[in-house]
Amino acid sequence: MSHHIVEVKNLRHTYPDGTVALKDISFRITHGESVGIIGANGAGKSTLLLHLNGYLTPTSGTIRIGDFPLTKGTLPEIRRTVGMVFQDPDDQLFMPTVFEDVAFGPLNLGFTAGDAEQCVMAALARVDATHLKDKPPYHLSGGEKKRVAIATVLSMSPDILVMDEPTNGLDPFARRQLMGLMREFQHTRIITSHDLDMVVELCSRVIVLKDGEVRADGLSRDIFGDHELLAECRLEKPLSMQGCPVCSGRVPVFTPDDSDHHHHHDHPHDHHHSHHHKH
Amino acid sequence: MWAASAGTIVYCSAKVKNEMDSGKVPLMGVLGAFIFAAQMINFTIPATGSSGHLGGGMILSILLGPYASFLTIASVLVVQALFFADGGLLALGCNIFNLGIFPAFIAYPLIYKKIAATNATQGKITVAAIASAVVGLQLGALGVVLETVASGISSLPFTTFVALMQPIHLAIGIVEGVVTAAVVSFVFRARPEIIQGAQDDTPARGMAMKHIVFAFLAISILAGGIVSRFASEKPDGLEWSIAKITGKEELEGSNGGVHAALARLQERLAFLPDYSFKKHDKEAKAATIDAAANKTAPEATGENRENGSDPASSLSGITGGLITLLIVFAIGYFLKRRSRVV
Amino acid sequence: MEGERLKPLPCSVKRLMLSIDGAILDFKQLDLLANGDSSLHRLDPRAKVLATLIFIISVVSFGKYELSALLSFFIFPAVLIGIANLPAGFILRKAILVLPFAFVVGLFNPVLDRAPLVTVGTMVISGGIVSWIAIMAKAMLTVTAALILVAITGFPAICRALEQMGTPQAFVIQLMFLYRYIFVLTEEAGRTSRARQLRACGKKGLGIASYGSMIGHLLLRTWQRAERVHMAMIARGFDGEFHTRQLARFGMAEAVFLIGWGVLFVTFRLYNLPQLLGGLITGILS
Repeated sequence: MSHHIVEVKNLRHTYPDGTVALKDISFRITHGESVGIIGANGAGKSTLLLHLNGYLTPTSGTIRIGDFPLTKGTLPEIRRTVGMVFQDPDDQLFMPTVFEDVAFGPLNLGFTAGDAEQCVMAALARVDATHLKDKPPYHLSGGEKKRVAIATVLSMSPDILVMDEPTNGLDPFARRQLMGLMREFQHTRIITSHDLDMVVELCSRVIVLKDGEVRADGLSRDIFGDHELLAECRLEKPLSMQGCPVCSGRVPVFTPDDSDHHHHHDHPHDHHHSHHHKH
Repeated sequence: MWAASAGTIVYCSAKVKNEMDSGKVPLMGVLGAFIFAAQMINFTIPATGSSGHLGGGMILSILLGPYASFLTIASVLVVQALFFADGGLLALGCNIFNLGIFPAFIAYPLIYKKIAATNATQGKITVAAIASAVVGLQLGALGVVLETVASGISSLPFTTFVALMQPIHLAIGIVEGVVTAAVVSFVFRARPEIIQGAQDDTPARGMAMKHIVFAFLAISILAGGIVSRFASEKPDGLEWSIAKITGKEELEGSNGGVHAALARLQERLAFLPDYSFKKHDKEAKAATIDAAANKTAPEATGENRENGSDPASSLSGITGGLITLLIVFAIGYFLKRRSRVV
Repeated sequence: MEGERLKPLPCSVKRLMLSIDGAILDFKQLDLLANGDSSLHRLDPRAKVLATLIFIISVVSFGKYELSALLSFFIFPAVLIGIANLPAGFILRKAILVLPFAFVVGLFNPVLDRAPLVTVGTMVISGGIVSWIAIMAKAMLTVTAALILVAITGFPAICRALEQMGTPQAFVIQLMFLYRYIFVLTEEAGRTSRARQLRACGKKGLGIASYGSMIGHLLLRTWQRAERVHMAMIARGFDGEFHTRQLARFGMAEAVFLIGWGVLFVTFRLYNLPQLLGGLITGILS
């Protein structure tokens, strides 16, 4: 299934006003990987994402998605392959009802009304939002909007999911719910976020951007263990990896591979904290 | 007027579809919503202490070019008519005509573009925005006068009406122009490419001005015919022009105190095309002297009086009316009860 | 243009309508009503749009003194509110907001038109008063009809109906986009203006210079949003062509609804039923 591969080589992007947003980016993401792209504000995360589905064209360098190099001719195929979930769901949900919004992609792909309806219902079921289908987007809560936004992309059956700040602005419950959902996807996943706890839970690999360049690329546990690197890139260790405030003991590094799919991330210590809720 | 506006919408839709790069679709929609939002924020009108808000027709024309801006204005008016009952459904045709066509197809290409099209500068844009907003409003006001006169509701002499409407709208136009200029200059400073971009892809450049003017004339003639046939009973158009006058009074009122304002308001309104006008007015005076004379008056305007002379029938009218209302209320109540149970 | 919005309303009403949050709340509530589920909600929107149009045309085609005949038309809003179980108070409250317009328009009719039109016992009612009330009745009727149409159909469905009845797609899409982003943008404007008010120390109003930059900012943010929306559309394969599902289900129920009301309106227009009814009753009584 080589079409799940994302390969970026020497990507450089200069905006019309002369700002160099990306200097020289190279990486390769293979099938089924879940990769977090992190970095300070202005490091080039959003610009990079916009290249992955061809909204921006590289000033120099190449991008390959699966078997195709990204060119004008392959754009439609690549946009189907790469499902892009934007940061603000209000930008992504522009049709009058949830159903029509989720159907927008399939209908653009030339599906018949019947096929499109099947895709829509399947996608909505995936994100647990079937009951929202006739609602207009402005009557949804933040978490619902986000889930529907993901459904609008799933309905086009993409192989690669790209998400920009998926947990931004969600309350803790909605955030958990969304993370549980994202964990179940079999797609190749690329996630940018400042929510490092989410990244460390969902992504086994992390790419750190700094000033338009790849500063580091490796296993999450290694990168989040490197204090100097994190400080240099204006990042910090995820809370779940920081010392326990009570006994200053270390929490073992958590990786998605040994994730037990529990919604609540149990505190790995055995001792009881006085501030824990009584059940 | 409905037909004229509808025609223009069809024409512009075709136009926009042809010239459209796909980015304009969301842009028009979102900018329409922007006009809505912007109208909810008030500013202070200097030296009066009262407040006003943006109309926005000119801003849209400058940002989007004539066709797209016309469609956007029309869509804003449709939603306002439906949800806020602003202007009323029937006046919608006139409103779209006055508020959409004048700024987009006359003021924008003939005034704004002439001044600011080539190598725009801050100063040029300001002058152009003010001038075109003023002209747009003047034409719009003239449109209201023509529509009202053509509709036959008003027996107010054309010249008096014009003399009343134009200066008022000069004042409003200047305010609108200054605000438009302020907003456009701001955008020009922050993102000049937006303003320049809009001017580059304006199709009006390629289209001979003659065509636009001819099309406009044709529409006007058509509209005139329709208005006089259809609009003669239309309350909303009037409501609208009267609202303008009273609105203006409110602007001035803060200078002269409430009483002065009221007095002036009364004075003005007395000239206005009320529903029982002039001719009527004289007769009404006569009627106070000789009550029996009342029946002769209204026939002149060609409207049905409700069996005015016969007291028995007026009584039955009132009784029947009350009973009808009662029945209506009862039916509604019954249905509601039932639908709640189900 | 649109200078007419330089405040035709009495101050209290103006405050009511222009208070951003209030207006949006009302707006949302009206919109939520359209999610209801009644036999009326389920009708094809075209039938409802057409029936409302016929209704409005019949109402405004009455002469200015024909008050009593007008009254029978109240049956339409009453029945619809009843069947669809709409909150009558809410609709009424919204409709009453427009009454001041009609009130002002007709305000001088009683003064100018003193010719007695109706005599009840010793009380003489002038033509002016009758026409004044008739103006307000007409305004109420047309406005409630429009509000009810929105409440039982929903704006997007009205748009689809308009498209099916021949309105160009470009305009329909414009309407739908506008409607979608009204909520987003008015909230944004609300936040901006609240932030300003909090720092304005009770000073009302806003100078034109600062207004210009505030609106300018809002405009730029709007512009960026449009660019992002466009991005999202392109990402899902948008190529300038809108593919909408056509749901044609103009069946028996729609035909009955449309023809039924149509016939009723024409009857009401041609025969003054309240008058006849009143005549009958006063006839019996005497």
